[in-house]
Parts: sequence; C-alpha cells; structure tokens
Amino acid sequence: MQTVTQRLANPTQFMDLSGRILPWLVGAAAAIIGYGLYLSFFVAPPDYQQGETVRIMYIHVPSAWLAMAAYTLIAISAFGLLVFRHPLADVSAKAAAPIGAAFTFIALVTGSLWGRPTWGTYWVWDARLTSVLILFFLYLGLIALRSSIEDETLAAKLTAILALVGIVMLPVIKFSVEWGNTLHQPASVLRLGGSTIDPSILKPLLVMALGFTVLFVALHVKAMRNEILRRRVKALQMAEVARAQAGQLAAAAE
Amino acid sequence: MDLGPHAAFIWSAYGAVALVLAGLIAWLILDGRVQARRLADLSARGVTRRSESRAAAPRS
Repeated sequence: MQTVTQRLANPTQFMDLSGRILPWLVGAAAAIIGYGLYLSFFVAPPDYQQGETVRIMYIHVPSAWLAMAAYTLIAISAFGLLVFRHPLADVSAKAAAPIGAAFTFIALVTGSLWGRPTWGTYWVWDARLTSVLILFFLYLGLIALRSSIEDETLAAKLTAILALVGIVMLPVIKFSVEWGNTLHQPASVLRLGGSTIDPSILKPLLVMALGFTVLFVALHVKAMRNEILRRRVKALQMAEVARAQAGQLAAAAE
Repeated sequence: MDLGPHAAFIWSAYGAVALVLAGLIAWLILDGRVQARRLADLSARGVTRRSESRAAAPRS
C-alpha cells in the first residue's frame, strides 16, 4: 500500500491526480473569492478609524500571508530535494517561485496604496516594509539564479541552498513589527490571546484568505504540471538528438 | 457604491490584484498549452517516452 507522498512522487501519477483535482480547486477558489468579495464590499462595515480603506485589508493581508507561505513551501521543497531527493521537490520549488513573487508584489502594491490614505505616505523604509521588499528580491534572485545555470541538476541544488538560507527572512518579517520602530500595525489576527479584529471585519478577511489560499494551491498545481511537461519535452528532445547522432554514426561506419 | 474620498486607492488596489492574478493565470494557461503542443509534436514525429513506447508495442 503506497502512501500519498509515495504516489505523488511519481510524476505520471501526480499528473493523473492533479488533472482530476485542478478543476475543483479552480471552481472552489472562484466561489470562495466571489463570496469574499461580496462580504468585503456589501456586508463588512467601514472601520471606525480607517473608514472605507479597511477594504484594502481583504486583499493585502491574504497576499502577505501567501507571500510568506509560498516561501515556506519553497524552503520545504528545497529540503525535500537536498535531503530526500524527492522527484517532485524541485518541480514544486521552481513552480512556487513566480507565484510567490506575484503575491509578494501584490502585498507591496496594495500595502502602499493602503498606506497613503492611512499613514500619509506610500512608503517608509521601516523594518516590515523593507523586509518584505527583500523577500520580493529573494524570489527574483531564486528565479534569476535558476535561469542563469544551464545544468538543471546544478541549478536545482544551488537554488535549494539559497532558498534554505533565505528562510531567515520569514521570522524577520513576522517579528519586524515588534522589534523595530514601524508605522505598520502589529499582528492582529494570528497572535497569542486571539484576534483583536471585530468579527464583522474578521469574517470577510478569513474568507478571502481561504479563497486566496485555494487559488494559490490551484496555481501551484498548474505550474507544477507545466514544469513536468517542460521536463518531458526536454528529455524527449535530447533523446531525439541522441538518436539522430547515433544514426549518423552508424551511417558513417557503413 | 460610495467608497468615500479614498475610493481611488481602494479601486487601484483591487485593480492591481486583478491585473497581476489575471496575468499569472494567463501565463500559466499559455505555458501549459505550449508544452502540451511541443509534446504532441514530438509524439507525432515518433519521439515518445519509453513507457509509452512499451505500451504501444504489440505484446508477444
């Protein structure tokens, strides 16, 4: 009896299973985000301090969470590649990088657009904002490093090492609002003692967070499928070239 | 829907999210189609994976 991990370690079985799951993930993400948008714009009241701009929170916070979650996934995948040599670990890490970069970019842009009416400025070089910007550059660094090395095995290992080193950014981001002087508010949802957000505002936030998470999973699965296909194409192209060369050698020998 | 004096910031934020996610989704769909087409082209030229060749070969 194979475990789920063992079954998913086989790319062919992963393609079969993910092909069946993906449409459901896409449908679920669309439905949950649709419901979340309805709650965000038509049900949730304006905040007593921030007014209507609190609605930016419903996209900013889930994006920021996913920016960190995606990096955690990359680091776990990197560990899986370096330690367990899991066949899909590198596929997972490579697929997650551009998606994580996109969510980090969204977190930065929406945070900036939220900051202007709330703080009076689009940007400050404080610990939280700067550490998230570094995370964004780290994602770009992972993508650039991989694409700069032709040998895929070497690229995978070096990228995995950089990903594991870069995980130090996650606690820095998490605790940056407590360690340094910052305009950014401290943790108000995931904190000891429970959330400090009113339920009328917390509910749309959690629904949107769930919707964004399911969307992320769907995007990641799709990107992994693309990467598996890309590797199959490359392997077949190399086999075709090798076969042609062998044919030429045989013809020359006759 | 009246979003007050800061409506432009709210709509800009949601617009940016829609734009980035739409771009990401479009890229993934197009990339998937490109890879599937390349695989189909190779298959049409008789270049297939060993497992597929074995499956296609007549059993003795």
